[in-house]
Amino acid sequence: MAAITAEPTAVTRPLTAASHGERNPQSLIFLILLWASLAFGILVLVVLLVNTVLEGRSRIDAALFTNYTSQIDPATAGARAAILGTAWVIGTTALLAIPIGVAAAAYLEEFASKTSRFARLVELNVQNLAAVPAIIYGMLAAAAAVAVGIPRNTVIAGGLALALLILPVVIVATREALRAVPQEIRQGSLALGASPMQTLTRQTLPAAVPGIATGTILALSRAMGEAAPLLLLGGLVFVKFDPNGLLSGFTTMPIQIFDWAGRSQVAFQELAAAASILLLVLVIAMNGLAIIIRNKFTTGR
Amino acid sequence: MGFLVVAAGVSILTTIGIVVSLLLPAIQFFREVSITEFLTGTSWTPRFQDPTFGVLPLITGTMWTTAIALSVSIPIGLGAAIYLSEYASTRTRKFFKPTLELLAGVPSVVYGLFAVTFVGPVVLKEWLGIEVATFSVLAAGLVLGVMIIPTVASLAEDAMSAVPRALREASYGLGANRMRTVLRVVFPAAVSGIAAAIVLGLSRAVGETMIVAMAAGSQAKMVTDPLEGGQTMTGFIASAALGDSVQGSLQYNTLFAVGLTLFVLTLIINIISIRLVNRFREIY
Repeated sequence: MAAITAEPTAVTRPLTAASHGERNPQSLIFLILLWASLAFGILVLVVLLVNTVLEGRSRIDAALFTNYTSQIDPATAGARAAILGTAWVIGTTALLAIPIGVAAAAYLEEFASKTSRFARLVELNVQNLAAVPAIIYGMLAAAAAVAVGIPRNTVIAGGLALALLILPVVIVATREALRAVPQEIRQGSLALGASPMQTLTRQTLPAAVPGIATGTILALSRAMGEAAPLLLLGGLVFVKFDPNGLLSGFTTMPIQIFDWAGRSQVAFQELAAAASILLLVLVIAMNGLAIIIRNKFTTGR
Repeated sequence: MGFLVVAAGVSILTTIGIVVSLLLPAIQFFREVSITEFLTGTSWTPRFQDPTFGVLPLITGTMWTTAIALSVSIPIGLGAAIYLSEYASTRTRKFFKPTLELLAGVPSVVYGLFAVTFVGPVVLKEWLGIEVATFSVLAAGLVLGVMIIPTVASLAEDAMSAVPRALREASYGLGANRMRTVLRVVFPAAVSGIAAAIVLGLSRAVGETMIVAMAAGSQAKMVTDPLEGGQTMTGFIASAALGDSVQGSLQYNTLFAVGLTLFVLTLIINIISIRLVNRFREIY
């Protein structure tokens, strides 16, 4: 009898981890290293957030929002022009990037034939553009502004630089969202007599909105933190007026932080940290929103 | 329909625009400076009375920051990816993956500020006792590496998660434990995706501007010691853009010559990455 009861344990035992070297020293060290890798990333994130908050918290005050920047008095200087400038530039970026990106993705995903040379060329280009350094887009926008005869330091030039920068991200995200829409929805619409274009605008696109929104919000939050291309648009820092249109001069929060951080007085560094807190809150909020939208609409999968 | 085609064409126009806007000023630059001097010169002083235009100091600066960044982001990124893909429960992964991705969402100026005010003076100097200069290639490279961790981790995780379960089960069936399965089966099967993740990290490290502009310093010299400052290609473009050089002048065109070099370099990296992916692609 004893032999029979022992048998099942003998059979099942090799499947349990311990007897098969899952807990030998090598494996344990390996697992600890993996854990440490993950923990390191999270730890740095926490240290960065805490450090920024500690450095900047004394300057999170009303003056930060209402005052313009100052060359001489960091104690009362503020980021007013930069906050408004960011709103203008990111608004312009969204208005340029979303329609163009969604339309390009819809063309590639819904209309272009797989063998079309134009479509393949576009695809290759999107791939390549995603790997182009951000600062290069600033050079492009500067050249484009000069070509049409407007000053480089304008809201429209900044918006154009950032829109072209995030366009590949918007296109890729939209394509994935469109691909996830069930084929039956298109077929049903077409069977009822809708044209392919009506099917796109009334059925496929609305169904893909959560996916498009997730990708687009993440792309815009990246654009919001981006300073490199805007540096190329020149003379952006000492803005002491509210930007008020597409041809207005501007500065943005990342640029303002870059300028303050580069000054030697400690008070400017604190100001830079305070503005960083503001920027981080905005960016994390946008990331959170994107994650919420993603989780809400992908529960079924 | 016409709008859709035009929108798709914007990407092509962008590429043409980039090439034209970089090439025209760069050609003017190379009329005055020989390509040989540019590519082999070891002194970069475009703003001096007697300017020299050897781009190698900027290239070595870029290579150092990139190498340091990758030595941080490859092991840590892959480690995190293996944990998330092979060990973590669904719930753990659902929490940690977006948290890790927040690292990529932190604006690069904030990283730059972090490198200058914390990593350089506090972590490296005070805690570790390393004699780094105020602006150092090391601090810039380390922080750059942290920024790239999620890029490497996220893509590598996707690649490993895509490896069919049957391969793992076969490995367990032959008596391998989890570590062996990960290292001998899952990792090799996902190697094309992992290589692509690393190459993407590489190209982001080469192109990132703000961290190196803020933390690496602005002195262009042949970098031999990472504890000292140095300037990268992107760092030079950023600092030169802030100066007020007259459009069409040699100084202004210098910007575009370096921009073109950077563009060509990242293009080559990108082509290698596409080749690499095709070469190692496993068909399941």
